Amino acid sequence: MALLEITNLTVEFATAHGSLKAVDQVSLSLDAGDIVAIVGESGSGKSVAMLALMGLLPWTATITADQMSFDGKDLLTMNAKQRRAIIGKDISMIFQEPMTSLNPCFSVEYQISEVLAQHFGGSRGSHKNKVIELLEKVGIPAPETRLKAYPHQLSGGMSQRVMIAMMIACEPKLLIADEPTTALDVTIQAQILELLVELQQANSMALVLITHDMAVVAETADRVVVQYAGQQVEQRPVTELFNNPRHPYTQALLSALPEYAKGKTLNAIPGVVPGQLDRPVGCLFSPRCEHAKDLCHSQPAPRSEGVLCHYPLPINTTAVIQTEAVS
Amino acid sequence: MTSSTTTTSYSVRSQQWREFWFYFSVNKTAVAGLVFLIGVVLMAILADVISPHSPTEQYREFAEIPPAWMEGGQMRFFLGTDYAGRDMLSRIIHGARLSLIAGCIVVLMSASIGVLLGLVAGFRGGWVETIIMRIMDTIMAVPGLLMALVLVAVLGPGLLNAMVAIAITYTPSFVRLTRASTMTELNKDYVTASKVAGAGPMRLMFISILPNCMAPLIVQGTLSFSTAILDTAALGFLGMGAQAPLPEWGTLIAENRDLMLSAPWTVTFPGIAILLAVLAINLMGDCLRDALDPKLKRS
Amino acid sequence: MFKFLFKRLLVLVPVFFGVTLVAFGFIRALPGDPVEVLAGERGVSPERHAELMAKLGLDQPLWQQYLSYVGDVLQGDLGTSLITNRPVAEEFFELFPATAELAICAILFAVILGIPAGIIAAVKRGTWIDQGIMSISLAGYSMPIFWWGLLLIILFSNTLNLTPVSGRLSFLFEVEPVTGFMLIDSLLSDEKGAFKSALHHLVLPAIVLGTIPLAVIARQTRSAMLEVLSEDYVRTAKAKGLSPLRVIAIHALRNAMITVIGLQVAVLLGGAILTETIFGWPGIGKWIIFSVFSRDYFAVQGGLLLIAGCVMVVNLTVDLLYGLINPRILH
Repeated sequence: MALLEITNLTVEFATAHGSLKAVDQVSLSLDAGDIVAIVGESGSGKSVAMLALMGLLPWTATITADQMSFDGKDLLTMNAKQRRAIIGKDISMIFQEPMTSLNPCFSVEYQISEVLAQHFGGSRGSHKNKVIELLEKVGIPAPETRLKAYPHQLSGGMSQRVMIAMMIACEPKLLIADEPTTALDVTIQAQILELLVELQQANSMALVLITHDMAVVAETADRVVVQYAGQQVEQRPVTELFNNPRHPYTQALLSALPEYAKGKTLNAIPGVVPGQLDRPVGCLFSPRCEHAKDLCHSQPAPRSEGVLCHYPLPINTTAVIQTEAVS
Repeated sequence: MTSSTTTTSYSVRSQQWREFWFYFSVNKTAVAGLVFLIGVVLMAILADVISPHSPTEQYREFAEIPPAWMEGGQMRFFLGTDYAGRDMLSRIIHGARLSLIAGCIVVLMSASIGVLLGLVAGFRGGWVETIIMRIMDTIMAVPGLLMALVLVAVLGPGLLNAMVAIAITYTPSFVRLTRASTMTELNKDYVTASKVAGAGPMRLMFISILPNCMAPLIVQGTLSFSTAILDTAALGFLGMGAQAPLPEWGTLIAENRDLMLSAPWTVTFPGIAILLAVLAINLMGDCLRDALDPKLKRS
Repeated sequence: MFKFLFKRLLVLVPVFFGVTLVAFGFIRALPGDPVEVLAGERGVSPERHAELMAKLGLDQPLWQQYLSYVGDVLQGDLGTSLITNRPVAEEFFELFPATAELAICAILFAVILGIPAGIIAAVKRGTWIDQGIMSISLAGYSMPIFWWGLLLIILFSNTLNLTPVSGRLSFLFEVEPVTGFMLIDSLLSDEKGAFKSALHHLVLPAIVLGTIPLAVIARQTRSAMLEVLSEDYVRTAKAKGLSPLRVIAIHALRNAMITVIGLQVAVLLGGAILTETIFGWPGIGKWIIFSVFSRDYFAVQGGLLLIAGCVMVVNLTVDLLYGLINPRILH
């Protein structure tokens, strides 16, 4: 049985202008040791789906799903207390902004030992050695000296390492990393990714990597989910997807990568992700799609073979593009 | 709101207005406050027409008559009469006029002086700013009511002097608010742009910057309006504000204080009038703040 | 920490001189002069008038008067009451504990009820619980407290006969003033029932004085909580699987308090004027009102300065507490 099983997850927010569908019928299945990347532009609902899984959405959100289970337990029916026993222990999540995600009022030791005390019992002080071990594991030099440091004394990269230490403290079966490198310097980004993959392999945990960076996807993931305006437009293994994108949006994303640039200009996708007020009637990507036909503008797209499109791109048997080219 | 999902574009200003109205109108209590306040304003304007008696006429033979629904009450004096046989309802209706005018004048005085000083302080900086801000700190170091009392002691008791005194104690909050917003706005590109375009300091201050500081000022103005009514009444109660026989609400409570136990209605109703009027304004002020402050909006 | 303290103190210096200037200017701006007040209805001969003016130093040029005034103030001499002929500072500090006791009880009342109410409203945001708490606190915020005090007297003292109408202690008891705080003094004394009497006298004034701070604290706690609850680090705390109580009490409240603690001393002292007048509470609020009415201008002048001093000292203390709670401010 799969570790994580999500079917048709929908998240709606109540706003001043009526309800906003941030996540629309998203499904995801994960086994232990899987690395799945979720990619898409900002506002495509990548993080929201995972926050819904964690139960971290504000009260304005309404969550509906046919199925949402983890490790055989149904997340939809369990109460808040049961969910809290899983959150932070078996499922944990790393956020985009390490600088603001740590509480400025507490030391590094306090914040890491707190999660240990929460799930394994004991006083915070009794976990001191474990905290040092964790800090060492995430590559913080001289961890003993960092125990009493406050977040404002740490750099962004260091903060993210502390954050990772905190979230792998209970050896989770599933780690969700929500754009873990976006706010960091380019040189640090690779280190953090490497660290995540290392930890994933050492503990054979499942890793969900939310990102908008295709290069990151190609380097790390086994499987890719492409999300557009809250919908999953394509979900396939990474090599297949890179070699032969079936959804025009995926194709457009890939061809926007510098490696694919022909001549001196980068290929950009025209237009922007539709907002709450200008949602198209038909396929959500139709206004920006260069292959769009009349049907696309009038009818929502059907899903077939993991692709949400009226006219999926043909299966290409002679793949020209090699994944290596991207990485 | 639901129909707007298909609309692709409408003018920004009308959208802002619609959004504002959305936040305002979903708040039922704020609308109730607005309606009540409109009622009070109408009552104040039409006081001479709607009040059943003159506020100062003494029906000596009807002194201390209880309200109509109590034993011994008369429909003629719906809320009863005071020690001199004056109709409480008429006095309260006329009192609304005094309280509202006092509130308005206090806000107008303190806001206009405060905004001006705040703009100058934020815009000029340097020693001008230091002097203005230290003066404001000084005013704020003394509790408002005490400051007002001392000022009234200097100026002499009376409604007008009480208003001036209260206005002075309210000025610092307007100065601080305006200065803070001015300093934030001053660093923005549009101000630089209009400087480059050759706008003079007056134009920069009043045309470019001031309109962008309005939201917090409107909220502060509303809140000051309600506290001004309270403080005017408090000074009236202490005998330093409006003087009898003016039917100012605080003065009404003070002049009937001795009857508090024998004729409690003479004290109760003016107090309820103050409470409701102030509450109505605060309900609106609260909602205005929610609607105008983007930080507090639901995302 | 010391650098922080020093910086705060430095800001207070001009404010202190500002307040002395106000206090000084107050006497000069008054209609009539102190000598006339001293003489009262009888009036004085021009020679006697000039003599008294000279004695009070009022015949010197203004700047010289101000300098000698500030000199006196810095030496702790705040002038002499025109009515009782006692030093103003002495009178003030004799009455101060009564007001302090009242104010402390009022703020305790406000904090103990206000903070939980604000937290509950923030956590239950948008529900009827939130709306109920916020409506009540808005009503409290809109309350004319002088009327509120009278209303409570009518209800509790007159109708239900539960509490006394005025004063700090029943005249049946004789309590030695040790600390000046009646609750403590009555416990120290061997008078039976004195503590209960003191408590009975204190309840209504404390509630009345605490009403507006209670409303303000509840509202501020709510908005500070809402702001903090949307911070990333609170999301992190939730992602750790911590219980909501722990998330609120440890991760959110500690930071939220920084914006709430602002003890509202100015509000309390202003309110004390009204509350003490209504309840006949022998504190500085009643004293200063009495001084204003009896035109005891030196007492008003001294009181003004001392009250402003209290506000400044408490504000400074609150600033320092902020620094202790949140290391960010100090760095």
